[in-house]
Amino acid sequence: MPNLSYHRPSSIAEAARLARDDPDAKLLAGGQSIIPSLKLGLLAPSAFIDLGGLPELRGVRLEGRSLRIGAMTSHAEVANSPEVRKHVPALAHLAAGIGDRQVRNRGTIGGSLANSDPAADYPAAVLGLGAEVRTDRRAIPADSFFKGLFETDLGRDEILTAVEFPLPERAAYVKFPQPASRFALVGVFVSLTGKSVRVAVTGAGPCAFRVAALEQALAKRFAPESLNDITMPADALNADLHGSAEYRAHLIPVLTRRAVTQALA
Amino acid sequence: MSSTRAPLIGQPVERKEDYRFVTGTGQYTDDIVLPRQTYAAFVRSPHAHAHLRSLDVAAARGAPGVLALYTGKDLTSVGGVPCGWLIHSIDGTPMKEPKHPILAEDKVRHVGDPIALVVAESAREAKAAAALVEVEYDVLPAVVNPATAAASSTSVHDIAPDNICFTWAVGDKAATDTAFARAAHVTRLSLINNRLIPNALEPRAANAHYSPASDSYTLYVTSQNPHVERLLMAAFVLGIPEHKLRVVAPDVGGGFGSKIYLYAEEAALVWASRRVGRPIKWTAERSESFLTDAHGRDHVTTAELALDADGKFLALRVDTIANMGAYLSTFAPCIPTILHATLLAGQYTTPHIHCQVRAVFTNTAPVDAYRGAGRPEATYLLERIVERAARELAIDPPELRRRNFIRKFPYATPVGLTYDTGDYEATLDRVLELADVRGFPARKAESERRGLRRGIGYSCYIEACGIAPSSIAGALGARAGLFEAGEVRVHPTGKVTVFTGSHSHGQGHETTFAQVVADKFGLPLEDVEIEHGDTAKVLFGMGTYGSRSLAVGGSAIVKAADKILAKGCRIAAHLLEASDEDIEFRDGAFRVKGTDRSKSFAEIALAAYVPHHYPIEQLEPGLNENAFYDPPNFTFPAGSYVCEVEVDPDTGAARVDRFTACDDFGNVVNPMIVEGQVHGGLAQGIGQALLEGCRYDEESGQLLTGSLLDYTLPRADDLPNFLVQTVKGTPCKHNPLGVKGCGEAGAIGSPPAVINALLDALAPYGVRDLEMPATPLRIWQAIEAVRGKR
Amino acid sequence: MSLQIRLRVNNNAVTADVSPDTLLVTFLREHQHLTGTHVGCDTASCGACTVLVDGIAVKSCNILLAQVQGCEITTIEGITPADGSLHPMQAAFKACHGLQCGFCTPGMIMSAIDLVTHHEHSSEAEIRAGLQGNLCRCTGYHNIVRAVMQAAPIMGGAKS
Repeated sequence: MPNLSYHRPSSIAEAARLARDDPDAKLLAGGQSIIPSLKLGLLAPSAFIDLGGLPELRGVRLEGRSLRIGAMTSHAEVANSPEVRKHVPALAHLAAGIGDRQVRNRGTIGGSLANSDPAADYPAAVLGLGAEVRTDRRAIPADSFFKGLFETDLGRDEILTAVEFPLPERAAYVKFPQPASRFALVGVFVSLTGKSVRVAVTGAGPCAFRVAALEQALAKRFAPESLNDITMPADALNADLHGSAEYRAHLIPVLTRRAVTQALA
Repeated sequence: MSSTRAPLIGQPVERKEDYRFVTGTGQYTDDIVLPRQTYAAFVRSPHAHAHLRSLDVAAARGAPGVLALYTGKDLTSVGGVPCGWLIHSIDGTPMKEPKHPILAEDKVRHVGDPIALVVAESAREAKAAAALVEVEYDVLPAVVNPATAAASSTSVHDIAPDNICFTWAVGDKAATDTAFARAAHVTRLSLINNRLIPNALEPRAANAHYSPASDSYTLYVTSQNPHVERLLMAAFVLGIPEHKLRVVAPDVGGGFGSKIYLYAEEAALVWASRRVGRPIKWTAERSESFLTDAHGRDHVTTAELALDADGKFLALRVDTIANMGAYLSTFAPCIPTILHATLLAGQYTTPHIHCQVRAVFTNTAPVDAYRGAGRPEATYLLERIVERAARELAIDPPELRRRNFIRKFPYATPVGLTYDTGDYEATLDRVLELADVRGFPARKAESERRGLRRGIGYSCYIEACGIAPSSIAGALGARAGLFEAGEVRVHPTGKVTVFTGSHSHGQGHETTFAQVVADKFGLPLEDVEIEHGDTAKVLFGMGTYGSRSLAVGGSAIVKAADKILAKGCRIAAHLLEASDEDIEFRDGAFRVKGTDRSKSFAEIALAAYVPHHYPIEQLEPGLNENAFYDPPNFTFPAGSYVCEVEVDPDTGAARVDRFTACDDFGNVVNPMIVEGQVHGGLAQGIGQALLEGCRYDEESGQLLTGSLLDYTLPRADDLPNFLVQTVKGTPCKHNPLGVKGCGEAGAIGSPPAVINALLDALAPYGVRDLEMPATPLRIWQAIEAVRGKR
Repeated sequence: MSLQIRLRVNNNAVTADVSPDTLLVTFLREHQHLTGTHVGCDTASCGACTVLVDGIAVKSCNILLAQVQGCEITTIEGITPADGSLHPMQAAFKACHGLQCGFCTPGMIMSAIDLVTHHEHSSEAEIRAGLQGNLCRCTGYHNIVRAVMQAAPIMGGAKS
């Protein structure tokens, strides 16, 4: 840490060059996860490349049938955005429930996705809406973005620039918070677009994942009762002080039913 | 009352101390930076139990900014952290009292046990250097679970091979057993009183300085009782002459018991400050607080209640294992014994009670008093078993309690206490009304419509506060007196400074005590200032804990104020040319009875300091008096609580929807502050019941709930609004203010009310028991377990 | 590496040379001696360090000083009137007994000011949810919620 450098690039290209040139540098978005890691000594980068000086990474824009949210847009901005509230209220609701107000004022969608915390909320929305993650060099479909525990498809020096969310007909996110951290013990994002149903779960595995059995049942009929006989296997689900794998397995269909009910409301 | 103005006692006066707190100008220990300040960090054990094979400190000593590094070897001439209470086992042997070294000597006994102290120019450098200390450990198996500690093949301390610190008992065992033999019904209950981590919001901190100029030390420290800290440090740890050590507890950000004790870090800093020759500051990071602050509760208990056919309690039998942790903290042995077992009569006439307490050592942080200290453990088991008995006998729970209430006072319990006064029926009646218990069925039906299960639970608690008559405490093992000291200094202009040994760290003493003194002298509130927390200013003090401040500390102040008035009368008699007996103090002035001749309080003060016309042969000049007050008995606050919860049976999530508290604290000086104390206690009690639980890994002894991301402190949206009312109660009969204490009541009375309510809500599922904290996971598991059995 | 940072703290222009890992809270407490902002934890959980950055509440223990280059920082000292009176939120906390030990209070007040400023008509439940980022171990929040409800209309009045 004594040798830590700090850069505040004024273009995405400059940020990318800085990242390329220093393999031990770390991109800094809102810092709400990175700075605690830094303080606890879990992280010792050579440099921070602060993306805070790049206005082009901020803001919400409606582009045809999708909503483009810049990577450096804060959770509070997403929660309060009239566009998001109008077109994907489930996403605004999700953003309004991340962390606490102070965290929402600083934390960003790009930072959250790049970190891929197993209990973060946004991954459920990205996966649950079939969004596309845009970087300085490509577009990554949600289904191939999350790779594992704190692991994504992003290259080390690749810069996440925006997320494009297709507008669903119906969507909802229901989160059951871990009581202490308020991260998702289990969170379920459900969406219906045309005939396509997506059910994405966060908090229960190494990273967010979709549940085919639930999606198929809901594709037949998008109603909470469609899930009545479905149980989730507990194997491979997360287990900790706050929730056994069995408990998480139990919560997934319960929360999915609630999400469907909300989406239909 | 001595003034024509409306009395301040009984008024919800805004707090005098609040201006500095709401403006951020309070001064907490970490805010203090001394000239030539240095900073400390501690090397701590990552293992629960290990021999220290070797320590390599060379790299750390040479690290940038490092000024000194000390290990246990440097401190061999220094005493260990002392224990202030001696308990004897049933067989008459004294408790096992192992040395608690300031820095580990040959062994570490809990995760976080300090091994070395690093002093550096900055906190950052100290921390970085601490990470460079290389320690080789021979890791030993860890004793973690108190229930099995005595059977473990591993010993935490050599002097206690079976890990038993003491086995103590109170009550008549034979009579209790006999009563059980003729019982119509026996209710049994096994429970755990969950271990808690206090988490005062200000982490512990200390800043120690040695001055060669005066050959004396100054310690700024987050302490609830600076004089006790000084006494223990001087007499038992460092051997510094007591008058050469000044301890200052400035503004302290909450204590809840955890800042009563002398901690190793503070002693290490004082010791090192002389060697380093510069002031040394240490502020715990929250993760260090989790590992090293004394924890609370942690009992494993079985209890049996014998009843006759009418529901009258015949006898109570309790067996408790109390976890002491790795070392004996300052008051640890008295918590599960004197402050727990003696409270087992509760509000009831149970004629025979026997309680055995086995205290055990484990490889966990020391356990000591935490808000309530022993009394929550007693109340929890008693109010759980009473409610279970009511359920088993199909008697309305309040009705069963009513049948057993103590109604005649004074009442001597079978476990050693004598309650001076109380009216349990009054608080119960009032709380049932306030809580609208009659409306419960309608609310329950409404919850059902939303798919939620609603339950109602009760708790009638008693506590012994105003700790404590020194002679009784001494007979029970206290190694200190438990009086309090106060001094009232009337300045020449008639303004008053009061010095009290009762430190205030949230309780509002600067206001409450000022109300008392202002009324006493007929002065406006702003003419009275309360000083506390500095051994150089305050004559003595035993400190703030056990809801004792107003009952004991306030009484000392009243005694000193009475001496002021007595002396004032004699001065006035001289000035008014009357006899001493003809002078009375009334309406803010010294008056010749039956005449209009008088001298104001300020005139007498001035005369005392400008003794030109003064009975100098009979009276010293000046107007300054002090007093020590040793209470003749404990005080016995009591009350009744009603809790309503809503449970989501699909997720196990539970929430307190309504909480109603009705307390009898005797006389109340500042009802606003008293209500606030109850609110805070309720939050911690509801926290214990639903959210908070310290967990160690059973094998490794690692703390699993070592941060606020895993240990759930109640947040604003975890709690409801509280309905809190203090009845015009039964004033304490033996202290001059008639007050009883209110700081712990909420934390004592609420956990059983919450759990009883949950069990009521879950009764339709067949759930009979729930462990605290009743987290969603546990509630879901409890429902599933019963389902699985069906 | 040392960084030169320019920013405004409580309406004063400030320049500082700091190492890049300096936290905003360290700068406020140790460099500016503004000790009203407190540190209660190391996981950004407690909110005792809450200050306003360009009028928005953040946890100053969880943000680098470098990240607030050019920003306006407001601490508890910055909202306190010089004449010995109190900001309406401070006054409400005092009147409602919304504090005991005072350690969480500056952060709680800064958070409450942000809450009321940006969500003027908050219900009791919304206030409780809005204060999720601030821990208080003393009050049980009951009187804090009352204080925020009491201050909200007064602050609204002050704004218009």
